Amino acid sequence: MTQITDTERPTGSPAGTPTGSTAGSTSDATIDAAGRAALDRPVVPLRHPLRWIAAAVVLVVLLNFVETLFTNEQWGWPAVGKWLFSPAILTGLQLTLVATALSAVISFAGGIVVAIGRLSRNPVLSGLAWGYVWLFRSVPLILVLVFLYNLGSLYPTIGIGVPFGPQFEVPTANVLGDLAIGVIGLSLSEIAYASEIVRAGVLAVDHGQHEAAQALGLPRRRQFVRVILPQALRSIVPAFVNQIVGLLKASSLLFYVSLLDLFGVVQNLSSTYPTDIIPLLVVATIWYLALTSAVSIVQYYVERWTARGSVRALPPTPFQRLRSVVRRGSGRGKNDGKAI
Amino acid sequence: MSATIGIHGAVKAFGENVVIDGVDLSLPSGSVTVILGPSGSGKSTLLRAINHLEPLDRGVVTVGGETIGVRVRTGRDGVPRYKELPERLILRQRSRIGFVFQHFNLFPHLTALENVAEGPIASGVPAATARARAQTLLERVGLGDRGATRPRQLSGGQQQRVAIARALALEPSVVLLDEPTSALDPELVGEVLGVIADLAESGTTLVIVTHEVAFAREVADHVVFLDHGRIVEQGPPAQLIDDPQHPRTRDFLSRVR
Repeated sequence: MTQITDTERPTGSPAGTPTGSTAGSTSDATIDAAGRAALDRPVVPLRHPLRWIAAAVVLVVLLNFVETLFTNEQWGWPAVGKWLFSPAILTGLQLTLVATALSAVISFAGGIVVAIGRLSRNPVLSGLAWGYVWLFRSVPLILVLVFLYNLGSLYPTIGIGVPFGPQFEVPTANVLGDLAIGVIGLSLSEIAYASEIVRAGVLAVDHGQHEAAQALGLPRRRQFVRVILPQALRSIVPAFVNQIVGLLKASSLLFYVSLLDLFGVVQNLSSTYPTDIIPLLVVATIWYLALTSAVSIVQYYVERWTARGSVRALPPTPFQRLRSVVRRGSGRGKNDGKAI
Repeated sequence: MSATIGIHGAVKAFGENVVIDGVDLSLPSGSVTVILGPSGSGKSTLLRAINHLEPLDRGVVTVGGETIGVRVRTGRDGVPRYKELPERLILRQRSRIGFVFQHFNLFPHLTALENVAEGPIASGVPAATARARAQTLLERVGLGDRGATRPRQLSGGQQQRVAIARALALEPSVVLLDEPTSALDPELVGEVLGVIADLAESGTTLVIVTHEVAFAREVADHVVFLDHGRIVEQGPPAQLIDDPQHPRTRDFLSRVR
């Protein structure tokens, strides 16, 4: 620091002898002797004592709570350990994962289809797509699920046929198993949200990209798949992952259509083992936290992939950063000067 | 490799605002035409009408004798009309007309090489052939070593040169350039104009909308001055730029120089 001050700002003698240069004479006019003496030392940045106090207060409150985790027997940590990997919980977890994964894939594909419908210049198609979104965004998911569950009493058989011609019909209950009802119900409402996310992403792509694709004479489908969608994904992915996290938790509503997902299993076990209610809720919390964290990690890498081309250089991933720190620590001298 | 361009009775309005007001223009094969005019004179719209990016309300454009975006059909009343072609056919016609945009409009998620190869691959050229040809084109615009680079990592001048290579990849008979240097920093204009001048030598029919009057004088065989959607004056650069006859042309030239 002092080297820089010495070379860049020759301060001359403290007595203030004029140096003759114009720079010297202006500084003489604007700063006094103390100011000139201070030129040799680094500038002291503003301190923020209140920040430290606020942080301390918050930490004290937090530590108070953390203390209760250890002192309050009601948390029942041994029971948490017992239930965390129990077969019943893992079965419920499996259902949560399957229902969420299936619904996420279906709603992403369906969302693209409905979004294309809404962006279509065909007023019937865009009207239908709008109506679909309107309907399933308005109705609570639980109502959709219970409705589907009772579909058998509304339409005892379902089928398709030539109007006034031969009909093909099967009993509703034979076609729609419980899991199918759950996944269809989740997907129906998720598609409505996903389509809006996809539509927003497509609208966010610069108009010039559409024009360039048209000017090159790319066929319509290739324009969308090769040029527009990859760029739209950049804004679609964060919003859609948010939806998946919501879906993960919304799948707990499957309990109401007699599907035992993670939350359903916890509910059932709580009524059988009333003393373990708190530990079981903790188990469910831990698993939901783990699942959401896993989704977030995947999101990080998917976002890096969709960001290619939109930033000049990608920052290193936490893993790459860790590796470069390790390598620098162990192989100092050997790897010096090499780009990592 | 080159074709004539004909514009016949072109009219285009956006709502009440008439931007092209009866333009007739005939450009011989291999010619280099510069369209000059104040902003809002309709020059960009006219250029975009040539490849049907902007459909005309009235009139027709021909490239190499083929009507673009429309064909004449005689209705049941016995009256002939221009009817718009199916989109598939319009897209096929566009693939034979190169277009270079003011803001490059390169695909940011694709590398320079992929940008150039995209058009040919979409039109059925085998990927390996298209990529080899794209590499040759990048070399031609002086960017042979930047094929793996994405557009954002290139300077504006380099991006526009990639865009020119992309427009040439489909071996068009006509290349349209819409203010190709207007979005560039002054020190980058020269490299792009150099590439366009080389292109002019190659015999492809070029139509350029630009404000670079000095460049127009050097490269163009024909200069068209447009104002309020009409051709005010046209002729060889020596005549139109150095000795303009119409007061509006003189007024415009005195302001851009």
